[in-house]
Amino acid sequence: MRIGVPHETGDSRVAATPTTVKQLLDLGYEVVMEHGAGAASSFPDASYEAVGATVSDAARVWASDVVISVNEPTPAQAGQLHRGSVLITFLHPRQEPNQVAELAARGVTALSMDMVPRTSRAQSLDALSSMANISGYRAVVEAAHAFGRFFTGQVTAAGKVPPAKVLVAGTGVAGLAAIGAANALGAIVRATDVRPETAEQVESMGATFLHVEGSGQGVSSDGYAREASADYAVRAAELYAQQARDVDIIITTAAIPGRRSPLLITAQMVRSMKPGSVIVDLAALGGGNCELTRPGESYVTDNGVTIIGYTDLASRLPAQSSQLYGTNLVNALKLMTPGKDGQLVIDFDDEVVRTMAVSRDGKVTFPPPPIQVSALPVPAAPAPAPAVPQPAGPARPWWYPVAVVGVGAVVFIALLTFAPSNFVTLFGLFVLAVVVGYYVVWNVTHALHTPLMSVTNAISGIIIVGAMSQLASPNWTVKMIAFVAVTLASINIFGGFTVTQRMLSMFRKAN
Amino acid sequence: MLHNFISATYIAAGVMFILALAGLSRHETAKRGNAFGMLGMVFAVVATNFVIAYDDLSVDHPQWWSAILLYVALAIGATIGIWKARTVEMTGMPELIAQLHSFVGLAAVLVGFGSFVENPHADSFHLFEVFLGVFIGAVTFTGSIVAWGKLNGRFPSKPLTLPGRNWLNLGAVVVSVLLGAWFMQSHSIIPLVLMTVIAFALGVHLVAAIGGADMPVVISMLNSYSGWAAAFSGFMLDIPVLIVTGALVGASGAILSYIMCRAMNRSFISVILGGFGDDTSAAADTEMGDYRELTAADVAELLTDARSVIIAPGYGMAVAQAQYPVAELTASLQARGVTVRFAIHPVAGRLPGHMNVLLAEAHVPYDIVLEMDEINDDFKDTDVVLVIGANDTVNPAAMEPGSPISGMPVLHVWEARQVVVFKRSMNAGYAGVQNPLFFNENSAMCFGDAKATVQAILSSLPAGAEHAQVGA
Repeated sequence: MRIGVPHETGDSRVAATPTTVKQLLDLGYEVVMEHGAGAASSFPDASYEAVGATVSDAARVWASDVVISVNEPTPAQAGQLHRGSVLITFLHPRQEPNQVAELAARGVTALSMDMVPRTSRAQSLDALSSMANISGYRAVVEAAHAFGRFFTGQVTAAGKVPPAKVLVAGTGVAGLAAIGAANALGAIVRATDVRPETAEQVESMGATFLHVEGSGQGVSSDGYAREASADYAVRAAELYAQQARDVDIIITTAAIPGRRSPLLITAQMVRSMKPGSVIVDLAALGGGNCELTRPGESYVTDNGVTIIGYTDLASRLPAQSSQLYGTNLVNALKLMTPGKDGQLVIDFDDEVVRTMAVSRDGKVTFPPPPIQVSALPVPAAPAPAPAVPQPAGPARPWWYPVAVVGVGAVVFIALLTFAPSNFVTLFGLFVLAVVVGYYVVWNVTHALHTPLMSVTNAISGIIIVGAMSQLASPNWTVKMIAFVAVTLASINIFGGFTVTQRMLSMFRKAN
Repeated sequence: MLHNFISATYIAAGVMFILALAGLSRHETAKRGNAFGMLGMVFAVVATNFVIAYDDLSVDHPQWWSAILLYVALAIGATIGIWKARTVEMTGMPELIAQLHSFVGLAAVLVGFGSFVENPHADSFHLFEVFLGVFIGAVTFTGSIVAWGKLNGRFPSKPLTLPGRNWLNLGAVVVSVLLGAWFMQSHSIIPLVLMTVIAFALGVHLVAAIGGADMPVVISMLNSYSGWAAAFSGFMLDIPVLIVTGALVGASGAILSYIMCRAMNRSFISVILGGFGDDTSAAADTEMGDYRELTAADVAELLTDARSVIIAPGYGMAVAQAQYPVAELTASLQARGVTVRFAIHPVAGRLPGHMNVLLAEAHVPYDIVLEMDEINDDFKDTDVVLVIGANDTVNPAAMEPGSPISGMPVLHVWEARQVVVFKRSMNAGYAGVQNPLFFNENSAMCFGDAKATVQAILSSLPAGAEHAQVGA
């Protein structure tokens, strides 16, 4: 089957890079690129041709069996898709049901990359996470560009430079990526989120998590919980107001798909910020987390605060975005190409494919049936303890071991009383030796278990002494048996000691 | 006087053996320990040599024939033993040790028979000693041979599960006891021979029922048996040094087996009764999801970017003889300033301490080779973990109830940022349990022979190590 990759309008990204084209070819597909599709991502046409793709015009691309792209097609482009073809891209079926209905009516099977379920199996095709990661990074780069000073603190001959303070609001993938990038530049990074359970992830990225004071306390009944959440908003607002006066850069990432972004930074807070401060609002598309954000725009307020509301942060890193998104697409196609023979199979029994599919056979298949997402955060119910502790038996009274040993000793004494006296002496030796062996071996380090075993093996060759004593027998049958036994035992002795020596001489300490 | 000389020598030999075991407890004193063992053995053999060959020297009647036979036997044994010990591959160490155990077992059987043939009309207590010595020797002999066969692949390593196998074992013991009663009464060789045959069969069945993954326990258990066999021969022949030494070896082998069992969270009884892996077939087939695959070049890139790396080797490394390239990789990464350490699970490999021996052979310094308990908490601060040919010992399923390996302590490799698993295929490990680790988000598979893969990684590490080396 042929995969078509169009040139994106108004976006510098592309749905396939030379690297991913090669992977698609390995899956058995043919790939046709539109002229100049990768140019904005620094992938010239020649680089695609070099790995085996053909470069052609838009008409041929859109007439392919499978079309992969970054943005949803324009009505004109969608019109070029033939019946039975497959389209894989971001379709936003929740926000734009009409477009999905139209694709379904045209008999196109559409798979939406923003519908990839968040299960661990689907992780490798989760394009939203890939893009969020890039946006978070780029947000810091944009902030650093607009910010008039260093991020890292320095003491120079020309004076001391304080480090920049960065606040990241919302610690999803984008927020965590922003924390990582800002931290790497040397800034002091703080972060907050309505989900206190993300504190650990924040700290793992090297930032300080700011807890909303008093949150989650006293939540006992339903009515009270609502009260507390109103209370929470007030306390969170206090936290933001206080931080706004202190920090140099605020990066907000609290976006809810299909809904208006929650308002975190009010106009008043912006006015309280120092001149030269920067706000990057990653939720600009949904209206913004900051009251003064202008979606798609960057401007400076009257008090000198730069507010960046770009909605295309991911495509401002086109080569990186294209590479990650392209790999997500390759993983999606791998899932749907079980034979690796270039034949796409849409298997509705696969919950990942089922969830992504928004139209098939002329019907809209959105919304998909709900699936069990393993990593669903459930703050109320703690995860079950990983290991079930063995129920301890009732504690035995202290005299129990004494009684057992005592009875055992009596039986033992009774038995030995009737044994030959010579045996009793020898048995005493035997018992003492067992006790010595017991205490000596406990202290052996694990690494020396093999040499220990081979040395005890050599020592157990002591049976040679028994065999030798039988060599003295005048009976020739016994002599011959003893001869064989001595031979066997001496193989053991010489072999055991030699091999132990060889092993031990190999152990060495670093000098 | 000669008698006193011999007894004194035996006591000295016994002390040497204790010092040998004590010396083996630490790296610093291990060589000394081995030397003590040799010295003790020389004492014991030289003293006994006087007993048999020159006891009657004072009455001008030396046992020339005995002396000649002794020296010939020693010469043959020394030649074979040293030759074997020098030529064995370090990966073949478990087999060699199993083979040596079988020799002790067979020698004990022969000594028992010799003792009986020499004096068939001894009192019943002596006969009882002979009987017990032969029984243990025989079980050790065939058990060790089966263990040897399982280790070098001559016998299938899957546990042999005959119906009612525990009853078969019990039956063999009961019949042996009855034969013992007959033997003590009749002084006839027939029950002794019959019992020997049954004990041979019992040894085969006991070890055949134990799966390959439990071999470390089996080997140390057989080591213990060989000690007990020597001790019983000592009772039989009234030689104290045999008893002392046999008991030392028996006790040390038993403790070692116990340590192994504890490392696998299994009871000693359940290992000995064998048949492990019966109820796992259902669990093995469940679909776990998808795994990611990396090429050697990807792994090399990952390693170049890492600051700390832990290598968790398993039996697969031994099979592929990959210890040398692994050591080279370690040195090369260290030259780049990467911290490299090894995490060794107590039952990794087919012999206690197997991995340590292999890494030592390849000159990996032993102070970067750490035990499970020492390193388990460090995984979460590690960039990359390379799992080389290990499976059950890194299986997170052991942390959850309901799996056949539940409760077994394992290496927490999955806590690291990235795990790369080197494996020949997606097959389950010896325990027959599927490993969810392979399907984790932070895991990737690198298929192929471990040796070839590690060599490929080495060759794809970018140049520049030299600079670092100069700097360091």
